[in-house]
Amino acid sequence: MAEPRAIVLRAPGTNCEEETAAAWERAGASVEVWHVGRLIESPAELDAFQILTLPGGFSYGDDLGAGKILATRLGTVLGESLRRFHDRGGLVLGICNGFQVLVRAGLLPGGLGTGGARATLARNDSGRFESRWVRLATRPGVSPFLDDEIGPVIELPVAHGEGRFVTGTRAELDAMERSGQVVLRYADAEGRPTESYPENPNGSPGAVAGVCDPTGRIFGLMPHPERFVDPWHHPRWTRTPGVTGDGLRLFSAAVRALRA
Amino acid sequence: MVNLWRIEIMPAPGQVDHEGDRLARDAEEMGLAGPWSLRARRGFLVEGNLSESDAQRIGDEVLRDPVVEVARVCPVDGTSDPHEPGAVVHVFPRPGVTDPEAESASVLLREVGFDVANVRTIRTYLVEGPTDSLTSLVNRLLANDAVEQAVVGPLNLDHLGQGDRYAFRRVEVPIRGLGDDALMAISRSGQLSLSLAEMRTIQAHFDAIGREPTDCELETLAQTWSEHCSHKTLKGRISFDGRTIDNLLKETIFGATMKLKSDWLVSVFSDNAGVVRFDDEHDVCFKVETHNHPSAIDPYGGSNTGLGGVIRDALGTGLGAKPIANTDVFCVAAPDLDPSCVPPGVLHPRRILKGVVAGVRDYGNRMGIPTVNGALAVDPGYLSNPLVFCGTVGVLPRGMATKRVEPGDRIVAMGGRTGRDGIHGATFSSAELTAHSETVSGGAVQIGNAITEKMVLDVIVQARDRGLFRSITDCGAGGFSSAVGEMGAELGAEVELSRAPLKYAGLSYTEIWISEAQERMVLAVPPEKWPELQELCRSENVEATDLGEFVDTGRLILRYEGELVGDLSMEFLHEGRPTVVREATWKCPPVESPMAPHPYNYTNELISILGHWDVCSKEWIVRQYDHEVQARTVVKPLVGVGDEGPGDASIVLPVRGSTRGLAIGCGINPRYGKIDPYAMAACVIDEAIRNVVAVGADPERIAILDNFCWGNTERPETLGSLVLAAEACRDVSLAYRTPFISGKDSLNNEYSHEGRSLSIPPTLLISAIGIVPDVRKAVTMDLKGEGNALYLLGKTLPELGGSLWAESKGRTGGAVPDVDLNQAPGIFRSLHQAMQAGLVRSCHDLSEGGLAVALAEMAIAGGLGVRVKLDRSLFEPDWDLPFLILFSESPTRFLIEVAPENTSRLEETLSNGPLTRIGEVVSNPRLVVEGWQDSRVLIDASLQVLRDAWLRPLRW
Repeated sequence: MAEPRAIVLRAPGTNCEEETAAAWERAGASVEVWHVGRLIESPAELDAFQILTLPGGFSYGDDLGAGKILATRLGTVLGESLRRFHDRGGLVLGICNGFQVLVRAGLLPGGLGTGGARATLARNDSGRFESRWVRLATRPGVSPFLDDEIGPVIELPVAHGEGRFVTGTRAELDAMERSGQVVLRYADAEGRPTESYPENPNGSPGAVAGVCDPTGRIFGLMPHPERFVDPWHHPRWTRTPGVTGDGLRLFSAAVRALRA
Repeated sequence: MVNLWRIEIMPAPGQVDHEGDRLARDAEEMGLAGPWSLRARRGFLVEGNLSESDAQRIGDEVLRDPVVEVARVCPVDGTSDPHEPGAVVHVFPRPGVTDPEAESASVLLREVGFDVANVRTIRTYLVEGPTDSLTSLVNRLLANDAVEQAVVGPLNLDHLGQGDRYAFRRVEVPIRGLGDDALMAISRSGQLSLSLAEMRTIQAHFDAIGREPTDCELETLAQTWSEHCSHKTLKGRISFDGRTIDNLLKETIFGATMKLKSDWLVSVFSDNAGVVRFDDEHDVCFKVETHNHPSAIDPYGGSNTGLGGVIRDALGTGLGAKPIANTDVFCVAAPDLDPSCVPPGVLHPRRILKGVVAGVRDYGNRMGIPTVNGALAVDPGYLSNPLVFCGTVGVLPRGMATKRVEPGDRIVAMGGRTGRDGIHGATFSSAELTAHSETVSGGAVQIGNAITEKMVLDVIVQARDRGLFRSITDCGAGGFSSAVGEMGAELGAEVELSRAPLKYAGLSYTEIWISEAQERMVLAVPPEKWPELQELCRSENVEATDLGEFVDTGRLILRYEGELVGDLSMEFLHEGRPTVVREATWKCPPVESPMAPHPYNYTNELISILGHWDVCSKEWIVRQYDHEVQARTVVKPLVGVGDEGPGDASIVLPVRGSTRGLAIGCGINPRYGKIDPYAMAACVIDEAIRNVVAVGADPERIAILDNFCWGNTERPETLGSLVLAAEACRDVSLAYRTPFISGKDSLNNEYSHEGRSLSIPPTLLISAIGIVPDVRKAVTMDLKGEGNALYLLGKTLPELGGSLWAESKGRTGGAVPDVDLNQAPGIFRSLHQAMQAGLVRSCHDLSEGGLAVALAEMAIAGGLGVRVKLDRSLFEPDWDLPFLILFSESPTRFLIEVAPENTSRLEETLSNGPLTRIGEVVSNPRLVVEGWQDSRVLIDASLQVLRDAWLRPLRW
């Protein structure tokens, strides 16, 4: 297969589309940034792409809840074309606000049309917006975004006020863990998942940082992989020789999976 | 049938009420006698053809988070809720105040099929606590009276007010034949802030043309001639102790830039921001603005719109620059001040700081612009008049830095709608604050909506690249009156004010013309491009309106529904203002010795200075800002092993894919300003330059901005100190070959209380951008490795005036550090060479707290210890007290860490010195400093203790 085609969808208030598109390009995809209004006018155009990305930001100002308005529009206007996109093997990535959108639209954690777990991204336990770098324990194997090259622990920055992943019941979270849907967890210095602050920046139970749907093809995470593409994005690159872009590896794995 | 419902949304059982807890904490911190228990609930007032079950569905299906929140419908008919203990307080925006979330809610609710007419947000608090303090709690914490309305007890509403319609009536203000007192009465009652000389000039002008001015004309003149817009003091004539200065700005700051003629300057002092060349294909621009008076009244709204405004400066520079980084600097009184020391009408410094940080956070984060650099300066002089500086760096393709307007171009307003918000902001910011400012000036508070501005940014960058407009500027102070007046200054303009889209009915033509509603830009659009621009705006959901035409008549014509309401000559508007002549004088305060009893060991002194507000960790602020959005930030504000070291400057990559970077730093020091404004200005320029050089900026490619915040310059001694500071700017700029590219002044930073005027300390903020040729050679300040050598570069003199050492000893006088204009440029150059050669492992500038603080910060940041032995050669023969070398704040000094194999090359590169090897990095996590006499230990502390002292003050 030639270069996979990625569409990065932006709405009013989206603000990470440029670096997200740049990351896809670096990973070997050909990428276009579309205003959501354009896709709503012609939903069938989604058929031309293999990767749909909802980048970070404050879509529609996060009015009525983070990602809420874009999620409602995705569900009501684009529901049918999204289903087609997913059914034919398309990959969906939601980063930060994009993750919030996928959860509010019901695409995560349950997946399309399966019901599944109810979840939300609630306000951080710290009660405020925070930017910091976190360690993440990975669970490769289920999602094409995390293949064996990912390594057991990666580092990425988070920047959010509402990132605490909460399911309706603890049993729902346990079920997700069993099925391998919890693919990224906040980890301590030893790489063990943790619920304690600040290693876990928002207090997510089970240290959940990123999840996928049962097919693995819909993937959402609070950290920002597009912000760690080059070594000098790392906060300690001036003292740590040989760091490489952990974030880029998520994009590259997806491109490899589509090419396989 | 139209009904009104209140839908209340609260945390579901088992969920934490963060907002309520935070407010209860804030109440106690503010000294409101407690104990308080607060529950906070958000909500919406929804009006429409809706049954109660519709309202419940709206709450359950649309407005709440189904996992962690519950919604319920509540009465608004005056009945109280029997289930709620304590007092109920409702807070909602005053009619006409921007309420973006309500707008979003009404659009979405209609989209999903509810018949909704109007929505307004409302917050509800259930308060348990002492009843007699309830009013204070409401006024000081829960509601901001400037923009919000609070109702204690049950809510009794039958509909949401929408404002009354406006009936056109042309208003003339008779001024011909009036005496001086009557003229000044008009200036005051209209909040025009025009002086008597200015009122007389206006009177003579209208006498000559044989008619009275309209209210709108008078307002236009007041806005354009305001200190805020015209900088009449800095550009006016000053008689300084017998010497005449015709135009201070031209003779100092601007003059120095003209003399330097640096070939990489693109546009200086002429546009909304200064522009310099970045690489072969891009320019960068930089501007810093103040928003002091609005932030004193409404800290959140003030800093929020302060940042929004300076971002628009970048958007309105050249043909539009894309903002890539923000900066913020706050000056407040001590946040732990005893609340009983706060005068009436003044907010507690802690509330101000929390509010201004939140305002910057919410605007910057939402716009998706990283806030990467800043400072906090704490001084009692800022108690009643805090300072808020916000800056924006933008990048634009080369060749896009100039603009022009052609006759026939359409005047297009883009972005937010016009409302009553911010009326008289320009004249207000030029006036003194008083205990009544909150009530008089409530309208001067603007309300921001960052998402609207982000949408405008998205349109402007595309429209620029497609060549859809010829000129652009932002609506800042003075609103349309300033924007259109400036753009059409050389030509003329005709405006039909009734075309402006309004937030609500009822605005008069004058209100439309001078409103400072946010998020608006004005563009000059060639008529043939207008349809394409309209189509672009439609696709991005951005409102753009044709307000009129630029014409070649030299007149500013204003109409409302076709009726003439203003007809001014552009020449009179822009050149007619009488020159201000001001007296200035300066007397040096007597130099006292800052010498104080000093101890044998200085560990406790260091620990205390590390906990000073200006020095302590700013992590609480920095982490609330998204400083990495856009993925450009390659040296972050916090550096080192625990991501907590205080970096000297940040570096961003303006051009994706390139490793050429831009370092951003600043310098400010109110303590020096109180003693010696000339030395202060020189020192803060040096500090800003030090900061960017310390991370790797090329000293030959640094550009700086000035922001003067002073008291009332009608007092000759206040103006004298301003003159001296400006002259220092000129001298240092020329000596360092570092040009100023833009600037702004904010005068009259005073507060009147009981007949006494309190002025801020003379405060100059210098902000610097410097080009980093290759960011892979950038240097951070955290110690890197055991066994590396530590060098002190630069000369230390016994300069403790205005130092933190002196302050900690309660000493106010003394000599402020002096910049050595001959030696400093060479130090910057050779340090840069050493960095380019890869010899420097870490580098930190010495500033407040001197050598001792810099050593401690490098050690904390690197998680490594330091062993220092002070050498006799560091000292002049006639002074040998250790605290002088440890705490002197002499400028142009750096600490440099070097690997052992590179020490001789470093010594060679920095042979022009003064360079002294002072110690080494060790693994034992302690800072140990020995004196030169019998190895006496001057400082010995564990990093843990130092770090705790440094983290504690702002660990909120």
